[in-house]
Amino acid sequence: MTTNRLSSAFAKGRPALVTFVTGGDPTPNATAAVLDALVEGGADVIELGMPFTDPMADGPAIQLANLRSLGAGTTTADIFRIATAFRARHPETPLVLMGYANPMTIRGGDWFAAECVKAGVDGVICVDIPPEEDPELGPALRGAGVSLIRLATPTTDAARLPAVLDGSSGFLYYVSVAGITGMQQAAQTSIDEAVARIKASATIPVAVGFGVRTPDQAAAIAKVADGVVVGSALVDLVAQHGANAAGPVRELTAALAAAVHSARKELA
Amino acid sequence: MPSAKRHSMSVETISQTPNSFRNQPDERGHFGQFGGRYVAETLMPLVLELEREYTAAKADPAFKAEFDDLLEHYVGRPSPLYFAPRLTEELGGAQVWFKRDELNHTGAHKINNCIGQILLAMRMGKTRIIAETGAGQHGVATATVCARFGLPCVIFMGATDVARQAPNVFRMKLLGAQVVPVTAGAGTLKDAMNEALRDWVANVHDTFYIIGTAAGPHPYPEMVRDFQSVIGKEARAQMLARTGRLPDVLVAAIGGGSNAIGLFHPFLDDASVKMLGVEAAGHGLDKEHAASLAGGRPGILHGNKTYLLQDDDGQIIEGHSISAGLDYPGIGPEHSWLKEIGRVDYTSVTDKEALGAFQLLCRTEGIIPALEPAHAIAAVQKLAPTMGKDQIILANLCGRGDKDIFSVAEHLGVSL
Repeated sequence: MTTNRLSSAFAKGRPALVTFVTGGDPTPNATAAVLDALVEGGADVIELGMPFTDPMADGPAIQLANLRSLGAGTTTADIFRIATAFRARHPETPLVLMGYANPMTIRGGDWFAAECVKAGVDGVICVDIPPEEDPELGPALRGAGVSLIRLATPTTDAARLPAVLDGSSGFLYYVSVAGITGMQQAAQTSIDEAVARIKASATIPVAVGFGVRTPDQAAAIAKVADGVVVGSALVDLVAQHGANAAGPVRELTAALAAAVHSARKELA
Repeated sequence: MPSAKRHSMSVETISQTPNSFRNQPDERGHFGQFGGRYVAETLMPLVLELEREYTAAKADPAFKAEFDDLLEHYVGRPSPLYFAPRLTEELGGAQVWFKRDELNHTGAHKINNCIGQILLAMRMGKTRIIAETGAGQHGVATATVCARFGLPCVIFMGATDVARQAPNVFRMKLLGAQVVPVTAGAGTLKDAMNEALRDWVANVHDTFYIIGTAAGPHPYPEMVRDFQSVIGKEARAQMLARTGRLPDVLVAAIGGGSNAIGLFHPFLDDASVKMLGVEAAGHGLDKEHAASLAGGRPGILHGNKTYLLQDDDGQIIEGHSISAGLDYPGIGPEHSWLKEIGRVDYTSVTDKEALGAFQLLCRTEGIIPALEPAHAIAAVQKLAPTMGKDQIILANLCGRGDKDIFSVAEHLGVSL
């Protein structure tokens, strides 16, 4: 991949807004409008969730989104169709697939990596493949030029951090709380400390997520991090508005983007 | 008959046969291509710490002494090895023997593992215990050891299972546990396990997760197997003492597979001993069932790679069995490995066959088995008549049937 959309997204001279929605929620056909709304609202990176029957790391909001999507019959082929169409409409916005190991590896890591390339997917976040199980997916993604985006958490200590960073690219996703998605937010001081510690060893951008719901929270994190990830709050809007979610999603994304993009200016 | 299936073993497989079948997993927690540590990063440091602590505990004579003492005086081990004369006569073939783990405190083999894990939890300084349960046997065993050691206990149980296993829910509450009904998914065992993992990830600092079967991220499959291997070690010594020989075939039911691996593992290097694991075929292998090896394929769930019931996209399919304890879409990774290398044969029996075997054991031996070992007995029913009268089948009677009399009555059309 000669043009690296992910690195460009983090090189705009301001923090990046990373947004997550579950693919196929509420239906495979409805996702395109939601993704467009995220881009129009000002999201810098789009994470597209691959639905799974057993989303062990997710809280109620994203669990239900997974069930809605699978209930509507969403398949892995649908996710790649959604990604391919997104890439055609938005040649510049980086797209990352996020999900669980089994749907990603069931046809083999090489198959998955090749499909990502075909669909114009820039990166992959797999919740349940830690560095210890990297051979499952890592070599295939790196070989195909797709970024493997790993997670670091409050339990990832200094001794372990290099192993997490080794082989990962695009950005590092710092999970600010030891817990599941969409629940509580971490104390800002603990986020500040962790991001400072990670940035001391990381050569890739650090984005912070889990429990970030409002523009104010996002702005506080953007003061220290290279990016802020918002997921459950957007997924909640899809739950509430279904096929008509694009408007409310665009509105929240715009508010978040404004807060994140200007966070450092307020410092000055 | 296990020997018949051996022909499917290819030359290639034979050439890969290891020197010992008992030295798995490797240092990364892999049993061949199975097992491993497929967990979220938050849990990974804890899983590594658990592995270190377990390795240290294994080498500590004081840990082993306390484990053995509790098994003897609290659980009631060794459990008897029993020759079943009337069942043997009725089946008209091989001698049928049972390892009587249904006589343990709490009525099943589950307690063996819970004793080991709670000792480890306390050794690690953990102050809160969580567990998942399907039928409720592991939940009761966990609640029991928590009461015994005075630790708070939260049991995650699918809402569907809470409804169909009311007596065990009440037992857990009597023992002081908090029972959390899980409504996510279909509200059964796999959903309870998801919820336990979500709790664990949010409470890693003080919480120990007592997994009930020989599955999950390394070191759980190895650790649970080691704690349950007391079954096979005792049975092997008892059989040698009583008959002067080893059994010809071992038979055990498999959900996640902890009672089966506990019986099988100490015999794995005894080349003359064949082994048969019995999965739940539910309504039939062409319908709803819980036979991961027969009807599934390798995939990744709940921290390990193993055979899973799943669709082409890797979405997990709910298992079905008359026995809530076998109703799980996966299986312990060591069984997946033992199947692939051909050391253990696996078969399955239907709900209907298990119900028949349940009644047969009641009638011939005066023992009411749990529906889980009723599956093993149904396999014995088919196997024994094909074998000689000088041959020995040893089956694991891993639980008693008190908990199941309500659902059995319902299936037999009797209202209590």
